[in-house]
Amino acid sequence: MADTILMPALSPTMEHGKLAKWLVKEGDAVSPGDVIAEIETDKATMEVESDNGGVVVKLLAPEGAENVPVNAPIAIIAEEGEDVDADALARAAKPAEAPKPAEAAKTQAAPEHSMPEPASSAASADDAARPAASFVAAASSISAPASDGLADPALNLSITPPPETDPVLPPDVEYAGMTVREALRDAMAEEMRRDERVFLMGEEVAQYQGAYKVSQGLLEEFGETRVVDTPITEYGFTGLGVGAAFAGLRPIVEFMTFNFAMQAIDHIVNSAAKTLYMSGGEPNVPIVFRGANGAAARVAAQHSQDYSAWYAQVPGLKVIAPHSAADAKGLLKAAIRDPGPVVFLENELLYGHSFPVPKVENYVLPIGRARIVRAGDDVTIVSFSRGMEHALKGADLLAEEGVSAEVIDLRSLRPMDIPAIIESVKKTNRLVTVEEGWPVCSIGAEIARRVTQEAFDWLDAPVLTVTGRDVPMPYAANLEQLALPGPEDVAQAARRVLYRQGG
Amino acid sequence: MARKTTPARKSARKAKGAPAAFTRDEEFAALRTMLLVRRFEEKAGQLYGMGKVGGFCHLYIGQEAVVTGMFMARDPEDDVVTSYRCHGHTLVSGADPKAVMAELTGREAGVSYGKGGSMHMFNPSGHFWGGHGIVGAQVPIGTGLAFANRYRGNGKAALVFFGEGAANQGQVYESFNMAAIWKLPVVYIIENNRYAMGTAVTRSAARPEELFMRGAAFGIPGEQVDGMDVRAVKAAGERALAHVRAGKGPYVLEMQTYRYRGHSMSDPAKYRSREEVQKMRQEHDPIEQVKTRLLEAGQATPEELKAVDAEVRKVVSEAAEFATSTPEPPAEALWTDIYADENTARGEG
Repeated sequence: MADTILMPALSPTMEHGKLAKWLVKEGDAVSPGDVIAEIETDKATMEVESDNGGVVVKLLAPEGAENVPVNAPIAIIAEEGEDVDADALARAAKPAEAPKPAEAAKTQAAPEHSMPEPASSAASADDAARPAASFVAAASSISAPASDGLADPALNLSITPPPETDPVLPPDVEYAGMTVREALRDAMAEEMRRDERVFLMGEEVAQYQGAYKVSQGLLEEFGETRVVDTPITEYGFTGLGVGAAFAGLRPIVEFMTFNFAMQAIDHIVNSAAKTLYMSGGEPNVPIVFRGANGAAARVAAQHSQDYSAWYAQVPGLKVIAPHSAADAKGLLKAAIRDPGPVVFLENELLYGHSFPVPKVENYVLPIGRARIVRAGDDVTIVSFSRGMEHALKGADLLAEEGVSAEVIDLRSLRPMDIPAIIESVKKTNRLVTVEEGWPVCSIGAEIARRVTQEAFDWLDAPVLTVTGRDVPMPYAANLEQLALPGPEDVAQAARRVLYRQGG
Repeated sequence: MARKTTPARKSARKAKGAPAAFTRDEEFAALRTMLLVRRFEEKAGQLYGMGKVGGFCHLYIGQEAVVTGMFMARDPEDDVVTSYRCHGHTLVSGADPKAVMAELTGREAGVSYGKGGSMHMFNPSGHFWGGHGIVGAQVPIGTGLAFANRYRGNGKAALVFFGEGAANQGQVYESFNMAAIWKLPVVYIIENNRYAMGTAVTRSAARPEELFMRGAAFGIPGEQVDGMDVRAVKAAGERALAHVRAGKGPYVLEMQTYRYRGHSMSDPAKYRSREEVQKMRQEHDPIEQVKTRLLEAGQATPEELKAVDAEVRKVVSEAAEFATSTPEPPAEALWTDIYADENTARGEG
């Protein structure tokens, strides 16, 4: 059976090549793997091998030929003694319909890669329904419709907030005062009792009872098979957790702090977040990455970073950053039950804070829904995690001045409940965001983008973002305080968007 | 030297004499599997040359005995994971060659629905867990598969394949450490094809002649194996699997093998001589070894061998035909399988 050798594409960008040298001549015998020619590509000189053995019947391209198109027949090799009509074979091999790689790439890529039209205020209603092609969502003065929790290609979002709301509690529900630390521990213990696939792993989670005592008592109840002390090797044990999740277990991977998860971020992003997509739907990766995130106190730059914006950017992850103990409990339970990877960002300084937690069975909250913590009319303040402390204290300061601030706790960062923010902005027409992380490409920047694009006409002032300062965290007490935002920063931003004296 | 007295050194060994002979059926099974991988990869290379396969494409030609022998040794329920050089592992795990080729051409019928490509193939029903593109990342993942097997006490093992280049990655040793502490049922298979992209093992690895000792510091036994002889691979695989299943912890196998083609399709191959490649092909080819044994033992006629080749070529031609004619994924697929569906995720309900 004769083989027609075609001009190969030796790089993804190659369209033509030069037949630099023939290393065989007509009539030569060749063995599998023999180099038959040298081809000069746009990048290098490469050798062409014969896959099969046989006799070179005909060389169709002369040595030195330039611009030989990819897929043009260049030689015919037949089995020894085989009678072949070389001309007929060469004609048959004419690649009339075979697309050149570069052309194929062009035709496929053109619509997606062309620059999108800038969104203008004159954008028609059709724009909202336009599929993914436009990477800039059309500006619209109409708030997004209630989302369904699915992807929204028109807004270029792979996930939106779910329709579920917080469970309705019985009117006579009782509350127990509980620290965030206890709430997290209870959430894990309840889920471990409910599902044998759930286990906890991390540094000092078992015998030490947790570096911040979050896993206190779990080793005694569940034993060392399900509460696993790991070596101090984040990259390795995070990858191990991901592999266990591939196999259908439900790992909770505790990072002593998320600063150390930087060594493991490859497995969080490349191995956990992307696998469902690049495998075409199986395996799913049910895993929770949790631990203290953001600035603690007086531990300097390497131990004080807020990773909220880093993880919130990644399609495939869900990201949660609660403030209260009740939210910490209900959302950690939801994270453990989620069929995909969830990053759960805690805050060391909140672990000891007490909040009322409803005494109900099965307290599970929807991931991706914000909560209005304090209703108001004059300005909307949005925050999450420890930023909520500054937001609420800032609202107190504003109340003394007669300003009524509505404070929203995002609770989840991906999906992010932008529709809830827009509903509030429709009432207040002014928006301030608060977070401890850095300002560039921050959560606040994302909120400002979305609200500007989707609710521009409802704004009476620019969106202001209150953030940590754009510096590594300093150690000195006075400098550290200067690096972080506080209630007065929040109040000041609110005064500015209200165009009030002192603002 | 003191090192020689350590248990790891004692239990580590270099390849010894000829391994136990295969039966005629085993020889034919190995021949067919290795030929399938060889012919499939040749066709993949041709389709790449025609612009039908995009991006990176890492071929397995020359290394067929490693995957074939290890899969002959494994229990079908044992878990397997490897790097981006994954076409052979996917095929041998039982995936349909048509679906594997269609993944290379980026079609909806591909094993990963056209969304993974050459480097990201999965076959969960064959307990094959990918196809990972970050060098060494599959090693802790595979260790986690073994962790899950120990957690469940199901008697299954995990086979973790990685190249000698990945054997220098820190996460490999983090994995060795945990697997040794927790006595996980995992076999680490170093596919030493002598070049990490274009860097020879002698230039990239300390003590390149004994990669099988890389687990020694953790007390993990290691073995150096002639990875061009499918019988040697299977025998070593069986020893390793018996060890890890007995609860004795992990095992390292260094497969001495060779890749005939470049690291990927755009490899100018300036780092080794043509003579070196041809010498390997002529003297150590894993497929030719089986053919020669069968012929010399009078267990097969040249016609019978040709028939196997023809049968495999037919399978591969049909796969290529399918892969170039079946449709690309629909545009909606851009937005699917980013988040798992609560109702369809594995292990629910």
